[in-house]
Amino acid sequence: MTETLARAVEATRRYGDVVALDRVSIDIRAGELVGLLGPNGAGKSTLINLFAGLRRPTSGLVELFGGSPRDPARRVRIGTTPQETGLPQALRVGECVDFVSAHYPSAVSKQALLDRFGLADLTRRQIGGLSGGQKRRLAVALAFTGDPRLVFLDEPTTGLDVEARRTLWDGVRRFHAEGGTVLLTSHYLEEIEALAQRVVVIGGGRVLADGSVDDVRGMVGVRRVSLTTPAPLPGGLPGVIGEQREGDRVQLLTSDADELVRALVLASVPFSGLEVRQTSLEEAFLAITSAAGVHDAPAA
Amino acid sequence: MALVLAHAKYQLLEQIRIPMAVIGSTFFPAAAMLFFVVPFAGDHPVGATLATASMTTFAAMSTSLFTFGIGVAEDRAQPWDPYLRTLPAGPFPRFAGRIIAGLAMIGVSVVPVLIIAAVFTEAAVTPLRLLLGLAALAAGSVPFTLLGLTIGYALPSKAAIAVTQLVFFPMAVGGGLLSSPVDPPAFIQAIAPYLPSRGAVELVWTAVAPEVSPAPVTMVMLAVWTAAAGAAAVWAYRRDEGVRFS
Repeated sequence: MTETLARAVEATRRYGDVVALDRVSIDIRAGELVGLLGPNGAGKSTLINLFAGLRRPTSGLVELFGGSPRDPARRVRIGTTPQETGLPQALRVGECVDFVSAHYPSAVSKQALLDRFGLADLTRRQIGGLSGGQKRRLAVALAFTGDPRLVFLDEPTTGLDVEARRTLWDGVRRFHAEGGTVLLTSHYLEEIEALAQRVVVIGGGRVLADGSVDDVRGMVGVRRVSLTTPAPLPGGLPGVIGEQREGDRVQLLTSDADELVRALVLASVPFSGLEVRQTSLEEAFLAITSAAGVHDAPAA
Repeated sequence: MALVLAHAKYQLLEQIRIPMAVIGSTFFPAAAMLFFVVPFAGDHPVGATLATASMTTFAAMSTSLFTFGIGVAEDRAQPWDPYLRTLPAGPFPRFAGRIIAGLAMIGVSVVPVLIIAAVFTEAAVTPLRLLLGLAALAAGSVPFTLLGLTIGYALPSKAAIAVTQLVFFPMAVGGGLLSSPVDPPAFIQAIAPYLPSRGAVELVWTAVAPEVSPAPVTMVMLAVWTAAAGAAAVWAYRRDEGVRFS
């Protein structure tokens, strides 16, 4: 059986009246690369804060390496990422890595770490003088300083250009290929698809889905089909999970746009101005969460 | 211990790389020394020695209050702070590192005062008494460090700046650090014994000048202030933990 590195059991976290996490249960097993997907405010960062020992659950259980994440000894083999806006501006890149390394019994070599994230030329530069992308890469590199087994990456590539994003993805993939475990949050579907094997969809503080990338893509890969038609649409259109009409303009949310368009043509629906667009994740989530309790699956 | 030093080094680097911060904490004691001590007490050996001791206390007090009060409040506002809490260490190394860095900064802020005293005044001290004086200075700065920590953990940074200044100035004046050590104005004589700044400076006076012995009431009040500030600092730290990291 694979070792469970981190787990939450029925974990609930409230901030005042707001329920940020609602009875979330999740296991992170050794060697997994788990993508945590959800719109802003879904509870992703709260879950990571619980695992990293920054917050206590209001109720339920959160464990890291079999103990409480609040115990510093349990955090020896994890890595987290600071927000790049908080990096100590006056320090040089090398000094910052040295400082973080001092906290770990088996820190990796500074040179190897900076090489891996394309920062080797910047060792002597003050952090305040780095570009946004360089700071971001340093912030992610810090998560790997202590030779971790489990790394939490919260929105690692937000605001990066395509090339920098690829560099970071390569770094994460290599860590995973060497046996490392990753919990990655993102609100980019593309990023989760590129990296993760297992995807946990979280919305409104609940686990909405937990499965392979393909499983979840089917669920959130929702397209918006727009068309203008004076006639009412026939019933039984395939894969439609949402419908809105404003005058003659109809918006359909569907998990299979091809099949839907074929059905519209076969049914001789008199439409014009057909558009098929990818929905934003936020839209997809609205569709998923409003599509009755279907995907409000028991958290597993 | 290595981790404590890593934190101390980190704190010091942060401060030294921003030269204005260092200049700020060294300028005022040095300037006060030049404008008040050199012209008025410079020719009198004991007076100059005591006045120099007052200025080093002034420097230590401002450094403690400002580096801890404003420094802690500003650090708390940075997202770097929660990141550090995810590292595998409790609060102790960070706390200890900060105190060591604070003592080092006090050392730095005292140097110009001592140089001015040696060059421009008749102040005199034996090497042993100088060392004793520095130790007394470190001990006397403890209540201000604790007060600074209280302010830093209890208040957001903008409020911390204002409150630190509000605390600092009356303490410096009321404790008699900016007036003649020998013949202070009556109102200072009345309130000084009850202020920790007076207790701190009397410790330093006693260490550097054989002519002086501390007043019992001042020493008791220094102990009371230290205990009260310590309790307040612990309270503010726990409250902060509870508010932000529960």
